[in-house]
Amino acid sequence: MLVRPKPGILDPQGKAVENSLRHLGFTVDGARVGRLVDLEVAASDPEQARAEVERMCAELLANPLIESYEIELVEDA
Amino acid sequence: MSEPYRPRIAVLVFPGSNDDRDAALALEGLGAEPVLVWHADRDLPEVGAVVLPGGFSYGDYLRAGAIARFSPAMRAVGDFAAEGGLVLGICNGFQVLCEAGLLPGALRPNESLSFVCRDVALRVERREIPFLARCEVGQRLTIPVKHGEGCFFADADLLAALDEAGQIVLRYDEDNPNGSIDDIAGVVNQDGNVMGLMPHPEHAVDPLLGSTDGALILSGLVEAARERLLAPTV
Repeated sequence: MLVRPKPGILDPQGKAVENSLRHLGFTVDGARVGRLVDLEVAASDPEQARAEVERMCAELLANPLIESYEIELVEDA
Repeated sequence: MSEPYRPRIAVLVFPGSNDDRDAALALEGLGAEPVLVWHADRDLPEVGAVVLPGGFSYGDYLRAGAIARFSPAMRAVGDFAAEGGLVLGICNGFQVLCEAGLLPGALRPNESLSFVCRDVALRVERREIPFLARCEVGQRLTIPVKHGEGCFFADADLLAALDEAGQIVLRYDEDNPNGSIDDIAGVVNQDGNVMGLMPHPEHAVDPLLGSTDGALILSGLVEAARERLLAPTV
């Protein structure tokens, strides 16, 4: 799952990255820094896995006041 | 002359707390009997108040305070607060209380991205809560901050609600060290029994430390804890 600072929330880390990229001569209009959490979940079907990860996000992995998140499911072969 | 009754006040200790002893020492100096409570303890001893100290509980992993809120002791603190018990969160303790939903808002990395460690001037916005009962509204307090994630955030609706309800109790006076919204340095919950602040009153209780203004806040807490423990039980 991918956690991002919500739009409009000051992201000092992103700001610092943006400034550094500019110092290196790159043209950037903005940079936001989020967090990637790789989870291994045993589930019988994708819906169950998604529901489980949704709960994890709500309870711990993201703070809804300041962060948004996306869940991407990848099936293990 | 007999010494006044010393109320017991719990100081929680998480892995990574580092101001627990300073908080205990300050409370003891102000007439309380501090009791250190390990985060894994499921119950609180009988106390008149609880202090969540500064530090870096659980290494600030994920988000500052995010992991500590699941400590067994925090469940007991939640119950204690729900019964009207006084809870003061200092710095990391403030972050834990926000993450636990016991206080509104969230604390983000400082706008400057730098750790700040210096005395700041605070303005008292309210005094009808036990924590600030010994202060005057508009009074300027000098108390040090030391944090990397003290930038208080509330969205526009929440901010308006907090202002309206008088829950913003301390503001940085002219010099905002972390970029917090509306210069907020400390807030209380709706019932006024849970307060969090980024500055460290326990580091401002002795003239040797440059200021004794922190003692005003902590002695208000000690007095309220004493009253609570001496009150006849219903």
